[in-house]
Amino acid sequence: MALSNEYIKQRLQATFGEDVYGFEEPYGMLTFETKPEQNLKLMRFLFDEPALGFQFLTDLTAVHYPAYKGRELAVVYHLHNLVENCRIRFKVFVPTEKPDVFSVTKIFEAANWLEREAYDFYGVNFVGHPNLIRIQNVDEMDYFPLRKEYPLEDQTRIDKDDEMFGRGGTFDFGNRHPDGSPMTIPAAEKAE
Amino acid sequence: MARPVSYNIKEKPLEKDISIVDMPDGYQGEGFFATKLGDVVGLARKNSLWPLPFATKCCGIEFMATMASHYDLARFGAERVGFSPRQCDLLMIIGLISKKMAPVVKQVYLQMAEPRWVMAIGACASSGGIFDTYSVLQGVDQVIPVDVYVPGCPPRPEAILDGFMKVQEVVGKESLRRRNSDHYKKLLESYGIQ
Amino acid sequence: MSTTEKHITLPEGSIEKTTTKINLGPTHPATHGVFQNILELDGETIVSAEQTIGYVHRAIEKIAERRPLYQITPLTDRLNYCSSPINNMGWHTTCEKLLGIQTPKRVDYLRVIIMELARIADHLICNSIVGVDAGAYTGFLYLMQYRELIYEIWEQVCGARLTTNIGRIGGFERNFNNIAFEKLEKFLAEYPKALKEFENLFVRNRIFMERTIGAGPISAERALNYGFTGPNLRAAGVDYDVRVHTPYCSYEDFEFNVPTGTTGDCYDRFLVREEEMWESLKIIEQAYRKVQEFKGAEAEVFHADVPEYYLPEKKDVYTKMEALIYHFKIIMGEVDMPPGEVYHSVEGANGELGFYLISDGGRSPYRMHIRRPCFIYYQAYEELVKGSMLSDAIIVMSSLNLIAGEMDG
Repeated sequence: MALSNEYIKQRLQATFGEDVYGFEEPYGMLTFETKPEQNLKLMRFLFDEPALGFQFLTDLTAVHYPAYKGRELAVVYHLHNLVENCRIRFKVFVPTEKPDVFSVTKIFEAANWLEREAYDFYGVNFVGHPNLIRIQNVDEMDYFPLRKEYPLEDQTRIDKDDEMFGRGGTFDFGNRHPDGSPMTIPAAEKAE
Repeated sequence: MARPVSYNIKEKPLEKDISIVDMPDGYQGEGFFATKLGDVVGLARKNSLWPLPFATKCCGIEFMATMASHYDLARFGAERVGFSPRQCDLLMIIGLISKKMAPVVKQVYLQMAEPRWVMAIGACASSGGIFDTYSVLQGVDQVIPVDVYVPGCPPRPEAILDGFMKVQEVVGKESLRRRNSDHYKKLLESYGIQ
Repeated sequence: MSTTEKHITLPEGSIEKTTTKINLGPTHPATHGVFQNILELDGETIVSAEQTIGYVHRAIEKIAERRPLYQITPLTDRLNYCSSPINNMGWHTTCEKLLGIQTPKRVDYLRVIIMELARIADHLICNSIVGVDAGAYTGFLYLMQYRELIYEIWEQVCGARLTTNIGRIGGFERNFNNIAFEKLEKFLAEYPKALKEFENLFVRNRIFMERTIGAGPISAERALNYGFTGPNLRAAGVDYDVRVHTPYCSYEDFEFNVPTGTTGDCYDRFLVREEEMWESLKIIEQAYRKVQEFKGAEAEVFHADVPEYYLPEKKDVYTKMEALIYHFKIIMGEVDMPPGEVYHSVEGANGELGFYLISDGGRSPYRMHIRRPCFIYYQAYEELVKGSMLSDAIIVMSSLNLIAGEMDG
């Protein structure tokens, strides 16, 4: 392909300098991180620049990392350049106390419901979104269910005994620490 | 070594051109036939049920296969599937009901006129199925009373037909006074339905 | 459940003074699955539409954080349940990308056969339901019969009809036996005739054409901006197909065309799906011939050699020590994944079905997100139906192939 990860990285560092960091290439896809205030500018740059031309938003999602204090909620964007067949991914991290991220609905209409879903599940507040209300869950819900501290099951059931199935009792798959942080924090994400 | 697969190995030979349902028990004489009114009404009701398929998810596709020509539901008298609750007798809840959908199910049930029956098709409608999460209603019988449960994920069309035949049994044997009885009223009150 | 409570006052020259608000769904004979549209109508013309979804929300992404990889496959089945093998294969190829597993060619070709059968099954339902919504019930009854043939083939491989949970990470759970291949040949012999008959009923049918031409058009730029993929995007003119762009499962070994339309209206979408069914038949024939070329020991290969993730056969578990240990480790969930994050997408029947998997080195994913095509392109519904009539709105909804399990979830 004509557009290589090296070239994209050079152009980004030339335009944004210190604001883009954390470059890595897991499984061939260029991944980097940027400051939350810059996401709209970065996306506009990637969209408009004729040599880069990332004009398709593949996916927009959020991840909760309770172990990274001050950077708990991550918003991950996947972009795709259909002509050159090149994909990139970038992330912005925001703290739970002030989870404000600029909304990219002005650039991509597809981001409308994707951001609503990220708000519904994780509570990320997208500034500038035309209609930021819950989409999948019941409107009256007052917490953000996919955060790690909330349980999966319906807590109102009294007739189930789940001790042997790995929940409710003492046996869990042993997958993560009690506060929800992951077992191994990948080395490159220790950006501190 | 796989054995050869064949379906319908015990074919029932066709006795007559048209198959008719059996007569209810009664006393026959020349020019008259005496039986219980409940039996006759039950016979008429059970062979002409009008179902309302409330299909939400994957079981709905198996229901579509049941309605299609291979496993025909129309042979049981359910030719006309209506989508208006005012006109239907049997509410078939096919698929998962989430907490967001529960008030809608209740409203549809309330709009149905007596006598009405409910059939919960699929594991999700019977008990929440494989989705034991905060947003899924663990069984539709938490909001409306259910007569027949058909387990399966999704149930084969033969299972849905079996469930339908069990509903027919329930309908045929129902007493004419059941809907006004205290027992039924208590049942509805336990669901908060007047 | 909607936020727009006011009626919109219409300008001078309109038929009415204010709009009428009607509620389409969530239970309605025309909605395939449960989603709600609140339409504001001026007479019979639609002025605005607001969608509410989430009536079948099951939090699959949260359930997946608790399960080891092979237990997530039944959850992915229930996304686009009309073509569940594609979801399963998509998930397995994502896991194989994360784990670095290379599947042998025979497995790839068998996977292609199953996936293309699933694509035919999904397009069968969509096209026949477009016919039903336009008022023609017969096409649906004709084509459901061929869905039964496809179900029989899947039953021979995995045991289930609809929500198949087919395959494992690294291949299949059992080799395809002779009966499966016989049924496949029967399908390949009988289905083209039925599809031709269906085409004769619909494609040049004047009533159908007048119903669907001009209903819900979208231009290619708007479609790309809205994130359309799959047949809906190809009907608008952009030939983006994940099988051609980033081939997976040895799709580069097959020759097939990617049909595109021009205006993106319902008729174009219908025709694109028809053509895709013919192309899928071509791919299945090529794959079947390629599978038959494997002889001897190679013809017994149905999975990659990854003992850590692929459950060993029962006869080995009872006789060999390593198989017993691996069986125990896999079932008790003691096998760890390498940490990392991967995004992989496959061409689902509705578009690009993507899986974004973040692994933290434990036994289950740290975060699994599914890029669901239906969810993304349903946002464009208002733009598609604005200005058209109520009956067009129904046809547009069914021609977009909206599956509720994929939209919520």
